[in-house]
Amino acid sequence: MNTLPSLIFERSRDGKIGCGLNDANVPAEAALDRELLRPPIADFPQVSEVEVVRHYMALARLNYSVDAGFYPLGSCTMKYNPKVNEKIATLEELQAHPYAPHDLVQGNLEIITRLEEWLVELTGMAGFTLAPAAGAHGEFAGMLIIRRCLQERGDPRKIVLIPDSAHGTNPASAHFAGYEARQIPSNARGILGRKELRAHLGPDVAALMMTNPNTLGIFESDIAAIAEDLHANGSLLYMDGANFNALMGVVRPGELGVDVMHLNLHKTFSTPHGGGGPGSGPVGVAAPLLPYLPVPRVLREGERLKVVYDDPRSIGRVKNFYGHFLVMVRALAYLMALGREHVARVAEDAVLNANYLRKRLEGLLELPYQAPTLHEVVFSDQGLPVKTLDIAKRLLDYGCHPFTVYFPLIVHGAMMIEPTETESKETLDEFVGVMETILGEARDNPDLLRQAPTRTPVRRLDETLAARRPLLRWRRGEDH
Amino acid sequence: MAQENLLFSKDHEWVRRENGTVVVGVTDYAQHELGDVVFVDLPAVGKELKKGDPAANIESVKAVSDIYAPVSGKVTAVNEKLGSTPELVNQEPYGQGWVFTMSLASESELDELMDLKAYEEYLKGIAGE
Amino acid sequence: MRYLPLTGAEREEMKKVIGISDVSELFSCLPTGECRRAPDRLPPALSEPDLIAAFREIARKNTASGLLSFLGAGAYDHFIPEVVSYLSAKGEFLTPYTPYQPEVSQGSLQAIFEYQTMMAMLTGLDVANASLYDGATAAAEAVLLAVRRSGRRRVLLSSSLHPEYAAVVRTYAQNLDIELPTVAVDVASGRVDSSDLRAKLDDSAAAFVFQSPNFLGIVEDGRALGAIVHERKAYSAQVVAEAMALPFLVPPGENGIDIAVGEAQSFGLPLGFGGPYLGFMAAREEFMRQLPGRLVGQTRDLDGRRGYVLTLSTREQHIKREKATSNICSNQAWCALRAGMYLAVMGQAGLARAARSCHLNAAYFAKEAAGLPGVRVVYPRNFFNEVLLEVRRGSAADLARALQEKGILAGVPLSWFDPGKEDRLLLAFSETHNRAAVDRLLAAIGDAS
Repeated sequence: MNTLPSLIFERSRDGKIGCGLNDANVPAEAALDRELLRPPIADFPQVSEVEVVRHYMALARLNYSVDAGFYPLGSCTMKYNPKVNEKIATLEELQAHPYAPHDLVQGNLEIITRLEEWLVELTGMAGFTLAPAAGAHGEFAGMLIIRRCLQERGDPRKIVLIPDSAHGTNPASAHFAGYEARQIPSNARGILGRKELRAHLGPDVAALMMTNPNTLGIFESDIAAIAEDLHANGSLLYMDGANFNALMGVVRPGELGVDVMHLNLHKTFSTPHGGGGPGSGPVGVAAPLLPYLPVPRVLREGERLKVVYDDPRSIGRVKNFYGHFLVMVRALAYLMALGREHVARVAEDAVLNANYLRKRLEGLLELPYQAPTLHEVVFSDQGLPVKTLDIAKRLLDYGCHPFTVYFPLIVHGAMMIEPTETESKETLDEFVGVMETILGEARDNPDLLRQAPTRTPVRRLDETLAARRPLLRWRRGEDH
Repeated sequence: MAQENLLFSKDHEWVRRENGTVVVGVTDYAQHELGDVVFVDLPAVGKELKKGDPAANIESVKAVSDIYAPVSGKVTAVNEKLGSTPELVNQEPYGQGWVFTMSLASESELDELMDLKAYEEYLKGIAGE
Repeated sequence: MRYLPLTGAEREEMKKVIGISDVSELFSCLPTGECRRAPDRLPPALSEPDLIAAFREIARKNTASGLLSFLGAGAYDHFIPEVVSYLSAKGEFLTPYTPYQPEVSQGSLQAIFEYQTMMAMLTGLDVANASLYDGATAAAEAVLLAVRRSGRRRVLLSSSLHPEYAAVVRTYAQNLDIELPTVAVDVASGRVDSSDLRAKLDDSAAAFVFQSPNFLGIVEDGRALGAIVHERKAYSAQVVAEAMALPFLVPPGENGIDIAVGEAQSFGLPLGFGGPYLGFMAAREEFMRQLPGRLVGQTRDLDGRRGYVLTLSTREQHIKREKATSNICSNQAWCALRAGMYLAVMGQAGLARAARSCHLNAAYFAKEAAGLPGVRVVYPRNFFNEVLLEVRRGSAADLARALQEKGILAGVPLSWFDPGKEDRLLLAFSETHNRAAVDRLLAAIGDAS
């Protein structure tokens, strides 16, 4: 009955070899004090190559993925990851050592520079750093930039305002940059209004962190006025661009008064999520903030590209080397494939798909905010005989990945649906059909949903047991 | 454990006097709201607390809440059993699931807590919101 | 466009359902004006073959491949078994999100659980997390962990920590009221100056963070350092920038070290011009609930079958928000998956063999280079796979340039990081080298100096 593969440690047998390397052929002996050396690691896997392949193929079969089907996980932009980008990212000539002399890696520096230039044109920001490793890392770098700028003006201030619909990373990032995160409510339209902002503005406010479009999928339409109010108060506007897929090629945030923003290459720019990473979180800034960007900076100098490592006004280094270079390669390949003709079409189709789903599901589910939405839509489980989690788990039985559940927190039993532009109308129609079936089951036989999933490799897992008696590694003879 | 002898705070801690010290735990209402308790982060013995200070952390799978000091004083003992069996907070909130004991700096602070009847009224008020 | 499946007719149909006549109506909530200008400064779309050709064209401006390389200093060229590339490229591993729905993510979850186990075994510690961004940010997270756990705000850094790691630690700590004094290196041995450590390690110190093998290539006496630090009731954290040293040397946990962090790029990740790599963190059990980042734990499903979930999530930003142990969300899951595959196929014996080859190639070089007139091997013993050379005439960069002419990337001149060290060249050796390669290097150095 156990359909799951054994652990690699359980497959291990003394004497099996998977490694195809020879011993060293140099005439030398160890040049180390003997007591520094380690004996063979007990219980470390000993498996043949073929068994390793079978092991991971068995694991692969247990995963759902974008390549397998619809993945409408709100705020995560689970679009298709073009396969040619994988080929390009593995080109032998791109795999240079990060400390190779600059004259030997002009192509790689060109890739970094070109991607920065694309992002500048798409966002209207004055310049970008590609160093941050992920969205949250970009937020942190952005907050440091804001702090450094305000410090130079004489007072770093104390507070960063964050709307109640924000991702948890926003307050955490502000905190690690030395700020106190203060939550402010969004209004009945589901956005942050000028009135709510003004009620919280004061001499201690360093910045506002605003996700736009926000996590309800609604465009923060007061953004330009809000930027004016912030600037008049000596504060800066940070835009979390996690949802930039709705705006790419359609509007440039840099021209709406945004001072600092980050993008997620693993969302809008199609680089694969890899089961949770690696990501890449470029940060763009308005012209007055350029000096604070993290080092190293790649700069054009005539025909050549040079790298600047030291800059006294920079916030410093946030990451080893240049950042996630091979993620940048994939993002640039994606943009070059789209070209100027199709960047806006991506946003348009993403928004069209989301609004089509909104219209088709409106009669079935409670829509707590009526304002127009862009790339995603958030429904509530209010009035249903089952909970959001039950619907999500039942979707798994129908071979579909669920939407984001219970986020944003301001919606009761939130179901956040983001189809992205890479889904066909047929897929959307099938999804609506499945939702109709599930909601029918919810009325007629709600227990079916509460017991779901039943067709997956495992059923609902005991998260309480996992947290009460943590087993975070395998040890011989150890189990719950 | 008879709840009649306990005093209650608005943050859903209970307090029981015992030989010059007070025993502190969370109420049945609180454990129910939290759901399955998976971990209790206990205070250090000897820690000085003022009434209202966060004293301990109590975690369920998806939530964390603070336990506040219901009175001022010094932590004198903690319930080590919660380390391996945090579920005692769910199973016996007024008994084996106690969290810590503390000395009592000022008798009068006890007067600011509620008796069972007042706490039950208080819970009704919360339910009505 | 090949990535966009909607047809014109379907778009029309969908607009009708929504009740609009033009898609622009869906964007009517946006401001108008110059900010809406079409991005017409961008180049036109490329077909798939043209796209590949365009990248080949860019790649031609890179001329480092094919050279015999001894570059290291935090990024290492190790052989990657083909099964790692083959298996990790599968869409089932490459294209899911974070495993928030464990019922359909057991593949990723089990793979990470196995990775956590192998990292714990390699470091000799109790638990390892699911990954951090890279070695440098992992070092910063170790500093924050020690501060959180101890309540003290002074962390000593060894001055033989990788300069980029030290820089990132300082960036992370700059607004958090954390003091970061440095501990000197004993020039004769290349190891931490233990008297300086004793002098600076007072009761206010949260931790001592040192790298081993350190940035000069030298393996520290971890046991002695751990003991000094524990006398003062502070925590010890070991940074490992070359994870290939772990299967070869007494691991941090067995030396009594509390926390091990570092860079695991050596385990199956290509050099890739510096990223994405793989930050790791392992620690003794007492730190478990204070660790940053994701953790996979074992549990049971409703039918009692073994399964895996993301666990201890209350530490993380999506629950604790500003009180979280870190702001990290996306991590390096796919890199950790590759590392797990690499470690599994290399296995106990293969990993030991690769690590030993790295060391022996370095040892052979150090032994032979001692006989060359123009250079001096600064530390002839107790390195792992990196050897520090002093160049007697001219600068290390000059020597590196001279060897570049002969098709050899001889090493990293330390003037990259410190202009005062212009006579120092750091060379890294791996199992990809053999006697012929090292002999070629030796001959070229002999000719050039």
